[in-house]
Amino acid sequence: MSAPAAQALGQAGSRLSRRKLLKAGGALIVGFSFAGQATAAPAAAAARGTLAGPPDPERIDTWLAIHADNTATLYFGKCELGQGNTTGLLQIAGEELDLAMSQMAAVRLDTNVTPDQQATSSSSSIERGGPQVRAAAAEARQALLLRASQKLGVQVGSLVVANGVVSIDGEPNRSVTYGELTGGKPFAIKFTGTAPRKPPSQYKLVGTRVSRVDIPDKVTAKYVHMQHVRVADMLHGRVVRPRGQRAYGSGAKVKSLDESSIAHIPGTRVVRRGDFVGVVAEREWDAIRAARELKIAWQDPPPLPDQSHLPIVLRDAQSTDTVVVDVGNVDAGFAGAAHVAFARYFSPYQAHAVFGPNCALADVKADSALVLSSTQDVYASRKMLATLLGMPAERVRVQYYEGSGTYGHSCYEDAPQAAAIMSQAVGRPVRVQFMRWDELGWDNYGPAQVAAVRAAIDGDGNIVAYTYDGWQHGWHSDETSTELALQKTPPERSAGSFSIIVNRMSTGSMYRIANRRVTSHAVPMAGLLKGSPLRSPLDMALSFASEQTIDELAFAVKMDPFEFRRKNMGDTRWLGVLEAVAKAATWVPAPAASRRSHAEVVTGRGIAVGTHHVSYGAAIAEIEVNTRSGTIVAKRLYGALDCGLAVNPALVENQIVGMLVQATSRMLKEEVTFDHNGVTSLDWASYPVLRFAEHPDCTPIVVQRIDEPSSGAGEEVMGAAGAAIANAFFDATGVRLRQYPLTPERVRAALAGRRTGD
Amino acid sequence: MADPLSIKVNGRDWPVSASPDTPLLYVLTNEFELHGPRFGCGLAQCGSCSVLADGVEIRSCVTPVAAVANKSITTLEGLPAWYAEQKGLSSPPTLHPLQQAFIDVQALHCGYCYNGMTIKGAELLANNPSPSEADIRKTMNGHLCRCGTYPRVMKAIQLAARTIAGGTP
Repeated sequence: MSAPAAQALGQAGSRLSRRKLLKAGGALIVGFSFAGQATAAPAAAAARGTLAGPPDPERIDTWLAIHADNTATLYFGKCELGQGNTTGLLQIAGEELDLAMSQMAAVRLDTNVTPDQQATSSSSSIERGGPQVRAAAAEARQALLLRASQKLGVQVGSLVVANGVVSIDGEPNRSVTYGELTGGKPFAIKFTGTAPRKPPSQYKLVGTRVSRVDIPDKVTAKYVHMQHVRVADMLHGRVVRPRGQRAYGSGAKVKSLDESSIAHIPGTRVVRRGDFVGVVAEREWDAIRAARELKIAWQDPPPLPDQSHLPIVLRDAQSTDTVVVDVGNVDAGFAGAAHVAFARYFSPYQAHAVFGPNCALADVKADSALVLSSTQDVYASRKMLATLLGMPAERVRVQYYEGSGTYGHSCYEDAPQAAAIMSQAVGRPVRVQFMRWDELGWDNYGPAQVAAVRAAIDGDGNIVAYTYDGWQHGWHSDETSTELALQKTPPERSAGSFSIIVNRMSTGSMYRIANRRVTSHAVPMAGLLKGSPLRSPLDMALSFASEQTIDELAFAVKMDPFEFRRKNMGDTRWLGVLEAVAKAATWVPAPAASRRSHAEVVTGRGIAVGTHHVSYGAAIAEIEVNTRSGTIVAKRLYGALDCGLAVNPALVENQIVGMLVQATSRMLKEEVTFDHNGVTSLDWASYPVLRFAEHPDCTPIVVQRIDEPSSGAGEEVMGAAGAAIANAFFDATGVRLRQYPLTPERVRAALAGRRTGD
Repeated sequence: MADPLSIKVNGRDWPVSASPDTPLLYVLTNEFELHGPRFGCGLAQCGSCSVLADGVEIRSCVTPVAAVANKSITTLEGLPAWYAEQKGLSSPPTLHPLQQAFIDVQALHCGYCYNGMTIKGAELLANNPSPSEADIRKTMNGHLCRCGTYPRVMKAIQLAARTIAGGTP
C-alpha cells in the first residue's frame, strides 16, 4: 500500500484525545494520529518520538525509513509554508532513490522526530535543505544497492532501480525490493561520504511539474492548520495588551488591573506574569469577551516620533555604519561622468499581515512541555521556550503545524510563548489564538528605510559610478511575550551582522560598474518599531531606489530602459532573466515617458531587475494611472526567475505569481501607521492590502538551468516587481515617486507638483 | 429556560450548548469541530469564516448563532452535497467543481483563505453560471488572500464554470 505524502503531512486528527497524549519519559507527547489513514509513516514517526532531538544528521535513519511494504517515510527539517517545499524535497529524495511520489510520505516537523535543518527562511528549503536530503537519499541508495548486490550475486554496477525495485540490468525477473532488503528495519549506519549523486542529465522526477502533495486536502476541509488543533481538557487563551505596540524597548507596563472585572464571564481567569497579561476560559467566545472587557490600565509609553518625521529621524540617528561593498574609486568615477542622477527615497514599515493570525497550543507540566505552533524553526523555538519556562531544552517538545502564510518572522514565536506562559500558570493545555489587532499591532515589521542613491554614466551610456546609502534598523531579539513576562529591556540588535540587510546583491550588483560603494547605516531600533525579516527583507526598498536610479540614467541618454540595462550587464544569468521577461511581454524599445498622453487615464510600462541573495529576478509592469483620482491600477505583471535548477518549475511559477501580487500590494497599498502612543494600523481597514478586484494578470517565467545549483525561489522577484511598477509610473506620467506605497494621495500630490512646476 | 438551541448544518440538526449571542464561527469550530470556516479577523473584513446560510454567503465570525436557528447552514465540508442538491444529482460528487478546479490550476499556497474563496465562488457560480471576469472581480472582492493567489482563483472559477456548463461532473 502506498503512503500518499499528503496524508502524513496534513491529516493528523485535529482533536487529540487525552488518551493519545502518551506518557513517555516523563514528557507528554502527542501520538501521531493520522485520522484512520493506515500508512507506515505515523507509526514510524511515533516510534522515534521518545527522545529529544535533534537526531544525528550523519545517520541515514535520521532522514528516512524504508518500510517492508516498499514505501518510504522522509524526515525533513524544513516546514511546509504553502510554498510547496515538501513536494520539492520529496522529488529530490525520490530522484536519488528511484522511488515514485506515491511511495513516499513526509511527516510534520517535531523536535523529537525530525532533523535540525535550521530555520525555514531565506528561501533555503531547496537551496540548502535540498542538498542535505539528496545526500541522505544517495547514501541510502548506496547502502540498498550494496545489499541487493549481495542478495542477487552481481556487482552493484549491474543493478538498475525503478520504483524501489532493484533488478539486474537486462534481467528484470531477478529483482528484490527496497522493502525486502530492509525488512522495515533501520539502516543503523552512518554516512560514508562517498555515495554518488545522480547527474542532472539523468533526472526523471526532478525538474518535472509534480502536483503539490498538500493541495488536495487543503481544498476540502481535511487539512489541519494550526488554528484547527484542539486537545481534550484545554482552555482558550487570549493575550491582553495595549492595542498596537509602543516604542520598541519600552514594552507595556501595567498600571492597574482589576481581575474582578471579568468575574461575570463564567470559567474565566486572568494570567499575569510580569507585564504579560492574558485570560483563559473554558469557551473561546468567553476568552474573547474577557480579553475585551478586562479592566486594565497601562502606563503612558514614551512617545514614538511623528510618523511624518520618520525619514528625518532615521537619517539623523546615531548610526553604526558598515561599508558593504567598495570597489574602484567612486569619487573619480563621478568626477569624470557625463551625467549624474541622485535622489533620496523612503520606504515604510510594512507588516507580515498574516491572513490567519498566529495560533499555538501548549501543555506545560512541572518538568516538561509540549508546544504546537507554526514556528519556522522548531529547534530555535524550543530553546526560547525552555528559557521562558525555566526547564532544559530537552524537556520541551515542539511540533510544527502549518498556519496561514507568514512571509517572514510574524508572531509565530510570540503565540506559542504566550500559550506556554498561560499553560504553566493554570496547569492545563492552553490554546492561544491571536486576534487581528494582536497580529497586526504587535507584529515584527519589515523596517522602514531612507536611501540616498547616486549613479553616473559616461557619454556612451555606460554606468561608471554608483553609491547606495541606506538608513534603517535591524531585527528584534526577544518576542513580545518574553519581553513582557520577564520585564526585559530587549538588547539592541541593529548593528554588526544585522547591517548586512542592505544587501550587495540588490544594490547595483547586476551591472558592470567599475566604481561602486554600498553603505549600510544601522540605526538603533529603540524608540521606533519592532523589526524583523519580511519576505525579501529590505529588497523592495533597495530595488525601488536603485532601479529607479538606473531608469533615470537611461532616460538621461534617451535610451530604452531595457536596452540600457542590457548594455550595462555582463552576467549571462542576469541577461537571461532580463531578456526572458522582455520577450514574454513583447517589449518594443522606446525611451521612458516618450509616449505620454493627456488623457485622464494614462498608461505606462516599467522594467526592473532584482534579487534577494542568490537567484536572478526581473519584472515588467503595465499600469494605468487615473490622473484625476490618483489611483494606480496594475493591469499586468510579468516576472522571470532564474533559481538555477528548478526542481519543480510549477512550484516556482506559483511562487512568482504570489510574489507579483504581493509586491503590487506592498508597492501600492501597505504602510504601518502609528501615532505617539503606538501602532494604529490594526485591521484590514487601517492596513489595507491588495483586494481581489485590484489584482494584476500575472505571467510567470522560469528560466530553467539544469546544471546550476538550485537557489531560492520565494523572494527574488519582489524587488523587481515593485520597482517595475514605480518605473511604469514614470513612463505614464514623466514624474518620479520616491516614497511608497504609491497611494492616490501621493500620486495626486506628485502630479500637482508637476503642473505647478512646469 | 428557553428550549435548547439547535441549528441545521450540512443537512444535520446539531444541538448548541453555547450562549445564543456566541458567533456562529466558534460553535462550528469548537462544538462541531468543523475545519472549513476559520478565524481570520473577527470583523467580517476578510472572508475566511464564510459559510452559506440558505445558500447566501455570510460571515460566521459576526453572526450570532441564534440568528441562524431557522436557516440551513452549509460549510466547506457540505459543499459537494449542497451542489448535488442544486443540480438535482442523485449523489454528491467527491468535490464541488470549484474545488477540483483549484487542484487543477494548483491555485493555493497556504490555503487558509480557500474556505472563503470556495464558499463565495460556489455561491457566485450558483447565481451566475457564466460569470465574466468583471463579475468575478466584483463578487470576490470581499475575500482577501495574503499569498497573492487571486489570479489563479480567477482561473479556477472560470474553469469550474466551463466544467459545470459541460455537465460534468
